[in-house]
Amino acid sequence: MRIECPICGNRDRREFYYLGAADYLDRPALGDQDAMHKYLHLRENPAGVTRDLWHHEAGCSAWVVVERNVSTHEVLSTALASDVKRAGA
Amino acid sequence: MIELSAKTPCAGLLPLETGGMSLRELEAVPITSIMPLNGKHGAVSTALEKAVGAALPDIGRSLAGKSTEVLWTGQNQFFLIGATAPDLPAGVTDQSDAWTRVALDGGRGAQVLARLCPVDCGALEVGDVIRSQIGHMSAIIICREAGFELMVFRAFASTLVHELELVMNSIAAQDEIRD
Ligand SMILES: [Zn+2]
Repeated sequence: MRIECPICGNRDRREFYYLGAADYLDRPALGDQDAMHKYLHLRENPAGVTRDLWHHEAGCSAWVVVERNVSTHEVLSTALASDVKRAGA
Repeated sequence: MIELSAKTPCAGLLPLETGGMSLRELEAVPITSIMPLNGKHGAVSTALEKAVGAALPDIGRSLAGKSTEVLWTGQNQFFLIGATAPDLPAGVTDQSDAWTRVALDGGRGAQVLARLCPVDCGALEVGDVIRSQIGHMSAIIICREAGFELMVFRAFASTLVHELELVMNSIAAQDEIRD
């Protein structure tokens, strides 16, 4: 599998560290126990398109949101997590 | 008083030569990591150019100054090589003793790195810089006129030399059995 780093370009999967769902970018307000429980523990597990956080650990060190199809292994799009976060704010 | 003697990371390991390839350690020079504060990329670049003769390079590039060089080394990160940094609106860290620097010369560097690095180093142009891996080590790879300059963390010096030596010897041995 290869992932397009928005900074470095197309790179081998072994340069990346996988964190988990891109949901981690949407941290709920402190005190909202129910939302925090969902944020930490509840995940969709589709056999299809997912959005995940990958760290270009052995590369430029950027966090990257990777949209990919886990059934076909196709990588559909990538974006810097910092850009995604800023756009959502 | 205890007398300590300075040792370079590759002391006793290099130089090596085989099959027209050479591997040697580069001299110990100041290395400083520079991470511009938010919105200060331009100001850092201008101040650096004034002080050392090289501005901040583009992503994946290096810029030479007066006996110094500035490397792109990651997201919003640059290394100043060969001089100490002036006052800058940036996060600045002295990393002089943190790195092993070697030169892999002889025109077959891309062939060597093809067995150790997931990036096609033969496609790089002189002055290009990439962050990638050599074996399992996080590395900085710089494309030079004479070959490649490789940087890994200091503690990995002997592993780096070991990995490169194995591949260099293997390539040299294959020359002998070509027909
Ligand atoms: Zn990258």
